[in-house]
Amino acid sequence: MTALLEARNVTKVFGSGGLFKRKETVALENVTLLIRGSQPSITGVVGESGSGKTTLVRLLLGLLSPTEGEVLYKGRDLQKMSRDERLEFQREVQVIFQDPFEVYNPFYKVDHVLTTPVTKFHLARSKSEAQELIEHALEMIGLRPEETLGRYPHQMSGGQRQRVMVARASLLRPRIILADEPVSMVDASLRATILESLRKLSQEFGTSLLYITHDVTTAYQVSDSIIVIYQGSVVETGDAELVIKNPQHPYTRLLVASIPLSDPDRKWVQDETFVVDQTSIKVEHGCKFVNRCPFAMSVCHKNLPPFFQTDRHRVARCYLYKDGPKIPSFEIGNVFVKKE
Amino acid sequence: MKAEVLQVQNLRVYYQTAVGALKAVDDVTFSLKPRERFGLAGESGSGKSTLALALMCLIKPPGYIEGGQVLLDGVDLIKFSEDEMRKVRLAQIALVPQGAMNTLNPVVRIKGQIIDGIVDHSNKIPRSALEERVHELLKRVELEPEVVNMFPHELSGGMKQRVCLAIAISLSPRVIIADELTSALDVVVQRQVMLTLGQLQENLGASVLLVGHDMGLMAQFVDRIGMLYAGKLVEVGPVREVFKESLHPYTQLLIACLPSLEGKRRFKGIPGLPPLLLNPPSGCVFHTRCPQAMSRCSLEVPSLKEVRPERRVACHLYTEDKR
Repeated sequence: MTALLEARNVTKVFGSGGLFKRKETVALENVTLLIRGSQPSITGVVGESGSGKTTLVRLLLGLLSPTEGEVLYKGRDLQKMSRDERLEFQREVQVIFQDPFEVYNPFYKVDHVLTTPVTKFHLARSKSEAQELIEHALEMIGLRPEETLGRYPHQMSGGQRQRVMVARASLLRPRIILADEPVSMVDASLRATILESLRKLSQEFGTSLLYITHDVTTAYQVSDSIIVIYQGSVVETGDAELVIKNPQHPYTRLLVASIPLSDPDRKWVQDETFVVDQTSIKVEHGCKFVNRCPFAMSVCHKNLPPFFQTDRHRVARCYLYKDGPKIPSFEIGNVFVKKE
Repeated sequence: MKAEVLQVQNLRVYYQTAVGALKAVDDVTFSLKPRERFGLAGESGSGKSTLALALMCLIKPPGYIEGGQVLLDGVDLIKFSEDEMRKVRLAQIALVPQGAMNTLNPVVRIKGQIIDGIVDHSNKIPRSALEERVHELLKRVELEPEVVNMFPHELSGGMKQRVCLAIAISLSPRVIIADELTSALDVVVQRQVMLTLGQLQENLGASVLLVGHDMGLMAQFVDRIGMLYAGKLVEVGPVREVFKESLHPYTQLLIACLPSLEGKRRFKGIPGLPPLLLNPPSGCVFHTRCPQAMSRCSLEVPSLKEVRPERRVACHLYTEDKR
């Protein structure tokens, strides 16, 4: 069976070539990701800023072409799609961006972002049907249509604007929603509301969700499986419970230990000595985390470690687990929880 | 009990607008004990940053201080002239403003930026000792000595934030105000910067006022916490007690909607939106969203009262007269 959306060994290098020999930046290296789609799933992609999260979204949307590897939707390469295939892709894969302020044109009422997809994809036969559709989408995510429609973006709060974006995405009943940091700019009380509406959307319409975030706690709350990215490569991936509750890769351990838990009785503990961020942290060869890792061995400096299976539903890219079976990069999609 | 270092009494900071005064900070009273870490938490628009600026007497028109006192060791800062205040800032009370790391001058080396602050607010350190002082400061914020001659663009976000901390402690202030110190940083770097701040505070014997929206960070760092909602302080208490048993309905709801790692559960937000400060609801500012609102709540403004030792709350649920 072909997967719904798949990134196969995708590498993206920026700034290569050109008139002057510019420095190359490897934003993503050999990333494989799989959304099966036979059942709705929520996949969390966790990484710090600059880890390549947004590059991944842009590649998955076909807004960037990969330097190496390919991104496939229903088995077809995004870069080689026909017009009709592309239209189908645009309808079935929706995106929610981080900044709910920049996606609106300030001169249009918010209705504009909702009516455009309805017209473009011929979702309604009449004006009243379109109106009904839009109102229903707004109600579903807890916005009152009479308080939302007819307003300009500046008359709404960040949380409201982001929820309108969720409503817009849901209008098309997409197969997949890519949510790139959808709640990083809204307050805690609204964050919960927005995430709940995304989860509801996934359950009711069978939409798969790719939730890209730097916030490990919400990723754990929302996702079935989690992918942890560090400096452009996947370091650990698998079942969300395993990855967060019992992290294996030293970076994931550091990440989970750094979460400021909202419990005064569970303070940060410094159990291992990790190197504080310094100027000389970028790594050319070997494991990307080697300069900060307290367990670094000589082999870590030489080669980028392969994926080792640590549990049935989890792999870690670290030589600490070299006793486990080696999993080729293109197969890591298979460790994701299979609920079928 | 030792005397308070900083006492804020009935502070009101308003903004002049075409349609009347906007009450960004309304009748806020709290105090900071020596060596204490106090957190001021609130959502965006609750008046956190305005309050932080008011404590430094840095409110610019159309904002103005309508009333109240800011007492540093018993002396009211609001009555100070600009020149007098200049000597107090950084030397006695230092602010790391929101987005501080983006305020570093891109064309001045780190050394120059740290020296600028020292020279501007104090004349006690001789020129010849400045260089050494900068080195010592960078060491204290755990930066490599090479950073001295670097430009801000050569540093990562966490390192820039450390430079801002170095500036803040350059004259060993008694109070450090940190406004959203780590909100632009990743959790890993955030923890490291917060641990550094804690270390610095202990070494200096200073008090820290941490202003922010991240309740998790508050739980990790502060001793006492004050909850701001629509410009009003609604609850103050020791952080552990406030998290375990919050008194104000707003605090209860806010804490309930924080995600945790204790198993998955449904997300629940607080219904409704924060009020517009230009036209706040009558009575208690929270009554429009409060599940426990009584008829009295829309009529009378609750005052912040001590209901248990060390715990103050502004809510009619805790007054004798329930209607």
